[in-house]
Amino acid sequence: MSAAERGELEHAPTAEHGLETSTGLDNRKLLMWLFLGSECLFFGSLIAAYLLYRDQSLVPPCPADCVIDGVAHQGLFDIPFTSVSAFVLLISSLTMVLALAAIQRGDQKGLRVWLFATAALGILFLAGQAFEFTEFYREGLTLSTNLFGTTFYVLTGFHGAHVTVGVLILLSLFVMSLRGQLSPAKSLNVELAGLFWHFVDVAWIAIFTLIYLIQA
Amino acid sequence: MTLADFRGIKRSAEDETQAATGDAPAPHEKGHPGPAEYSKIGLILGVITAVEVALFYMDMAQWALVAILILLSATKFGFVVLWFMHLKFDSQLFSAPLVIGMAFAVALFAVLLSSLGGGLV
Repeated sequence: MSAAERGELEHAPTAEHGLETSTGLDNRKLLMWLFLGSECLFFGSLIAAYLLYRDQSLVPPCPADCVIDGVAHQGLFDIPFTSVSAFVLLISSLTMVLALAAIQRGDQKGLRVWLFATAALGILFLAGQAFEFTEFYREGLTLSTNLFGTTFYVLTGFHGAHVTVGVLILLSLFVMSLRGQLSPAKSLNVELAGLFWHFVDVAWIAIFTLIYLIQA
Repeated sequence: MTLADFRGIKRSAEDETQAATGDAPAPHEKGHPGPAEYSKIGLILGVITAVEVALFYMDMAQWALVAILILLSATKFGFVVLWFMHLKFDSQLFSAPLVIGMAFAVALFAVLLSSLGGGLV
């Protein structure tokens, strides 16, 4: 046996999910959870900033119907449309976890179908967000129009950026699967992408309720 | 509680059977659910979202609406984190970063909104 082979054996994975560690847990997965923990604070800060400045805008437009200087203005938010977007992202979480289940049972075809479906739903969500931003821009809301515009675009824009990164990761995994580079032994790659994707969904659950549905 | 308990390494009889058949989960994991259970969770999440939107159009006191919507979204959050992100089945160590992050985020909300104004109602 060559030295290289011996070295390979010495460092061989002891479990499906990676090398043996002092905690018994895979460090990549633990690191992903630490990253997601920090993301809670990131989105928490942006949501808090939005709530802090809500109803503080001195000029229209407003998220909901409002009166500024005695003049009534119609609200911008389109709840039915955003509800569909929220539903699309929720369903994408389901397809993501089905992709993970598929690779864990060695179903490569199922993995590709669900990965592609998840990426497609993510792109659909982004298209909806682009449409919403365009509509708001036409109504006169820019990043610097008022406090609502600044806090809303920064919050939802950063969320959209996260979805975009998630879609790119999913498409990368899809291509890897097509090339036969995603075996069941590498299911952790899909699991880590899934954790990120589910967090993006969880963040939208909070945004949808706190920003869109609760309009004080 | 032993260190093994904390890591969630306790292995059930089912896990032992899976280990014997070579279809064992990683040592720190219980078996993950299958597609049928995931689909049920997805259906529940869809129904909760529909209820949330229906509540938005109902005429009710703002404080009641806020309380119910937060409860429902917390339920959705719990379903996604526990089932889709597998925290219900994985080691408790994975839960710690999320719980700490959420605790800090809630504390940030409380301090910021109570001291500087703003809020949900």
